[in-house]
Amino acid sequence: MTDAVGDPRSLLLMGGTSEIALAIAERYARRVPGLHVTLAARPSQRRAEAAGLLSSLGCTVAELDLDAEAPETHAAVVEAATADRDVDVAVVAYGLLGDPEEAWTDVDAGVRLARVNYVGPVATGIALADRVRRQGHGTVVALSSVAGERPRRSNFVYGSTKAGFDAFYTGLGEALREHGGRVVVVRPGFVHSRMTAGLDPAPLAVRPEDVAQAVVAAVDGSAEQVWVPAAMRPVMSVLRHVPRRVFRRLPL
Amino acid sequence: MSRQPLAGWGRTSPSTADVRAVGSTDDVARQVAGHVADRVPGAGRGVLARGLGRSYGDAAQNGGGVVLDMTGLAEVHAVDPGTRLVDVDAGVSLERLIDVLLPRGLWVPVLPGTRQVTVGGAIAADVHGKNHHVHGSFGDHVTSMELVLADGSVRTLRRGTTDPEEAALRRATVGGMGLTGVVTRATIECRRVATSSMVVDTERAGDLDELLAVLATDEDRYPYSVAWFDAVATGGAAGRAVITRGRHAERDELPAASRARPLAYTPGVRAAVPDAVPPGVLNRATARAFNALYYRAAPRRRRTEVQDLTTFFHPLDAITSWNRLYGPRGMVQYQLVVPLGAEDVVRRVVADVAASGHVSCLNVLKRFGPGNDSPLSFPTEGWTLAVDLPVRAGLGHLLRGLDEQVLDAGGRLYLAKDSRADSATLRRMYPRLDEFRATRRRVDPDGVFVSDLARRLEL
Repeated sequence: MTDAVGDPRSLLLMGGTSEIALAIAERYARRVPGLHVTLAARPSQRRAEAAGLLSSLGCTVAELDLDAEAPETHAAVVEAATADRDVDVAVVAYGLLGDPEEAWTDVDAGVRLARVNYVGPVATGIALADRVRRQGHGTVVALSSVAGERPRRSNFVYGSTKAGFDAFYTGLGEALREHGGRVVVVRPGFVHSRMTAGLDPAPLAVRPEDVAQAVVAAVDGSAEQVWVPAAMRPVMSVLRHVPRRVFRRLPL
Repeated sequence: MSRQPLAGWGRTSPSTADVRAVGSTDDVARQVAGHVADRVPGAGRGVLARGLGRSYGDAAQNGGGVVLDMTGLAEVHAVDPGTRLVDVDAGVSLERLIDVLLPRGLWVPVLPGTRQVTVGGAIAADVHGKNHHVHGSFGDHVTSMELVLADGSVRTLRRGTTDPEEAALRRATVGGMGLTGVVTRATIECRRVATSSMVVDTERAGDLDELLAVLATDEDRYPYSVAWFDAVATGGAAGRAVITRGRHAERDELPAASRARPLAYTPGVRAAVPDAVPPGVLNRATARAFNALYYRAAPRRRRTEVQDLTTFFHPLDAITSWNRLYGPRGMVQYQLVVPLGAEDVVRRVVADVAASGHVSCLNVLKRFGPGNDSPLSFPTEGWTLAVDLPVRAGLGHLLRGLDEQVLDAGGRLYLAKDSRADSATLRRMYPRLDEFRATRRRVDPDGVFVSDLARRLEL
């Protein structure tokens, strides 16, 4: 269980090679001696390197194979991750940006984005929720995006998957409340990472470490929604209400 | 089935459990026997008894499991002024016990800092009071208790038994945090008193060295002794203190008007702290002011003042829910004991807390007498110090640093207060933990009895 000073004993990263997820893990690792981290991700050199880094920070690390595109396997992954211990903080971090034009012109590309960014997270969320209900406590951190708040022409398929993701995890937070669980929905703006490499950064761009800092602060406190940077919240609040004729002309 | 979020008095790490009220030993036995053990994979999450929830951390929580609400099992069966024995259910509170005993000239042998604890909780935490240096801890005065075991059977555990298994189970149950079974009934050996008043000497100490010196010399003259110290002031005022020590008053020491009813007692008016205290009420400025005021308000030296019980024992019981003052993230109470001779550690801890920027108001220093033979009982001979700190960023780091100093001195933390230590640290603090585990495994091989604290610390 996350202790009185906010230190979790176990961390589960669903999408364990995500730069944001690893930045969160590193932040906790530096704070909590002996933290247990489970990296659920596709087997890869990156996962092995991440495990090595976290071990060198004093964590005990377990690696599990996770196929984001196979939602039917997610429950087994969560089950394996929590066989010997409660999960204190779980981060749902996997996701795809995809090619935005391909995503709305090619069925396979669009459906793949929907599977990885929405169907998979629903399966993951249900599996995590089951565990949280059974243990009576636990925090799920869901990495959403401001792109889901008001989808725009330039990447609306991605935006639509994040809108669904965001709605699902927001609702899951309400459902888990009476079971002692909490969901923190995180809405970063543009994050400099592998996923966005080569793209022109949008205004208010942040680094994975900034997102990690905001996430840890949110888990320490009682927030259930967090925008990164914080200024993104009022910006999005305005953007949500801009008339469509104006919105489509904005250089976003 | 009633799903409820449960937290400790520190209001820090709540978890949700299926809370069930019990009204008899049979009820408890039924609930326990019908339960699926914690260690069976994919099965239940165990059972735990909970009293009034005054332990600060996660000791009385069992996330996802069953929690038995013991406060309804609260009958006083017999009081015998001749033998000084009282036979009560485990859910009886010490407050109620005082009400029952005092008119008969009897007194609860050990009272912790609040009366709002049950007899079962007092045994589970082996609570101590201001008289530890003379009278030991609560478990020492329990002559017999009834324990519901994991299989639903009921054992009687007698003080001074010659049966080695019974003795081992009794040792593990006293201070065992409810992990050996559910105590449902106990017989307690009380003390005799002539009045409901205390004769109290109050004095101030200008700094920590003076405080340690006073507590080291005069201690045996007073059955009750405790000191409050300033945990915010630094420099020359660091550790300045107010020492209050006393004994039960004899009838002829009372003011003439009270002598007709020497055992009269009113628990005092209750005020409550509202539910919505904004964060930051307790900050560096208010805490500094409180600490300074508390010190200055105390008399420099006052002898043989007659005080009522609540003033002397439980001033905080007059305010219900005072824990809300600490704001939404709650508080951590950090209580340690280090052996005599480790005064330097006491000094360093006080200095580190004062220098940290974390603030504490209810700061207590006391000298313990020798401990008892229970493997998880907290008191050991030496200095015990408690501070309570609102949870803020960096608190974990500060307390881990203090843990190291406590460990180096051969000291330990109090499980009833702990809410954040890790299992490796705790194992080094309680060298007889393996003995406790062995007894627990023997009577509860499948782990029916479990708590969030037990999971965190791998007890």
